[in-house]
Amino acid sequence: MASMRDIQRRKVSIESTGQIAKAMKLVSTVKLQKARGRAESSKPYFSGMYNTVSAVLARSGNINHRFLQNHPDKKRAVIVITSNRGLAGGYNSNIVKLLTKDEEFSSDKVVLYTVGRKGKDSLASNGYEVKKDYSDIIDEPLYSDAMNISAELLRDFANGEIGEIYMAYTVFKNTVSHIPMMQKLLPVSVEDYELSEEEKLVPMNYEPGEEEVLDLIIPKYISSLIYGALVEAVASENGARMAAMDSATSNAEEMISELSLLYNRARQSSITQELTEIIAGAEAID
Amino acid sequence: MAEERLFEVEIISPERVLYTGSVNFVELTTSEGEIGVYKNHIPMTSVLEPGVVILHEEDEIKRAAVYSGFVVILKDKVKIMAEVAEWPDEIDKNRAEEARIRAERRLKEGGSGVNMARAEAALKRSILRLSLKENK
Repeated sequence: MASMRDIQRRKVSIESTGQIAKAMKLVSTVKLQKARGRAESSKPYFSGMYNTVSAVLARSGNINHRFLQNHPDKKRAVIVITSNRGLAGGYNSNIVKLLTKDEEFSSDKVVLYTVGRKGKDSLASNGYEVKKDYSDIIDEPLYSDAMNISAELLRDFANGEIGEIYMAYTVFKNTVSHIPMMQKLLPVSVEDYELSEEEKLVPMNYEPGEEEVLDLIIPKYISSLIYGALVEAVASENGARMAAMDSATSNAEEMISELSLLYNRARQSSITQELTEIIAGAEAID
Repeated sequence: MAEERLFEVEIISPERVLYTGSVNFVELTTSEGEIGVYKNHIPMTSVLEPGVVILHEEDEIKRAAVYSGFVVILKDKVKIMAEVAEWPDEIDKNRAEEARIRAERRLKEGGSGVNMARAEAALKRSILRLSLKENK
């Protein structure tokens, strides 16, 4: 049986770890609420954007626009959104697995644009080429950050360096469920969108012209998708960390209660032993 | 019968919904020029230039600054999607003035195409901000 001092030492160390986990959980809870608020307030813009782009594409049928063409032979760009810090359960490794487990995204076919150091480091050690890293923005993503990323990607797309753009991020469904997802950004595909009856009846006019409108809207659409993914990823990160830290806290509590029991038992037995020794000593003198 | 002339307008930016309400008439600056929209306008999607959106509500006229975006006009609804949109009282005059001077200097210095375009956009923005502030 371990000595009283050993048990006490372990208990103190677990207690302080438990306190850290608890504090981290509280911090993540606050951050989660903030991030959720931001995700909520960006929704109207995002869904308006999606509807407009889908409606334009659905109406105009198969127009030959540069953002709509496939280039299967060229490299794929993947924006990988993870976090800068660990201790968030499987949050980062789930995103990494999304790439490493998929033949379509093996390291020779893909260049990465990473947001979040954790994902960048582990993918780089898996042999992926990291073209550009934007890890600094993930703590507080702004819309202008999303604009920068999409401008950079569209430039590389226009130069012919990359043929398709994907984005790997974690969808925030609710506080307990976050789903890692691979989403295609370019070429734009909105096959599942159907025009409503009203939209079919009224023809839409485009000024200056369909092509110009698409030219302007699609970069904005991409920016809004990236921004939406960034804010959702932040919410998911904090949600995942909250859950991880919650279970860490309850594990710590469980261990502490077990150790307290052991400690009390050890204390009791040492007292009993001391008493026995004293009595035995006293008897020996008599 | 004023209600019959009213239609809905929304100004949406990524950070927030700036405005939703009913108006008689709305003025916009598109890439093809300034337009005014009444109810029952033909459906149109158009590109917006940096400019002021003037909302004629029933008993009030409101102005909002909109930079880079587009507008979807339907029969009884106008949806303005802007990357940046703000009310005049949110504009910081000193900051806009500084931005204007900075942009002008950069334009004078000259340089490569991308930077020039950026400086020009910044200049347009700051001038718009200042003019909105002064007209208030």
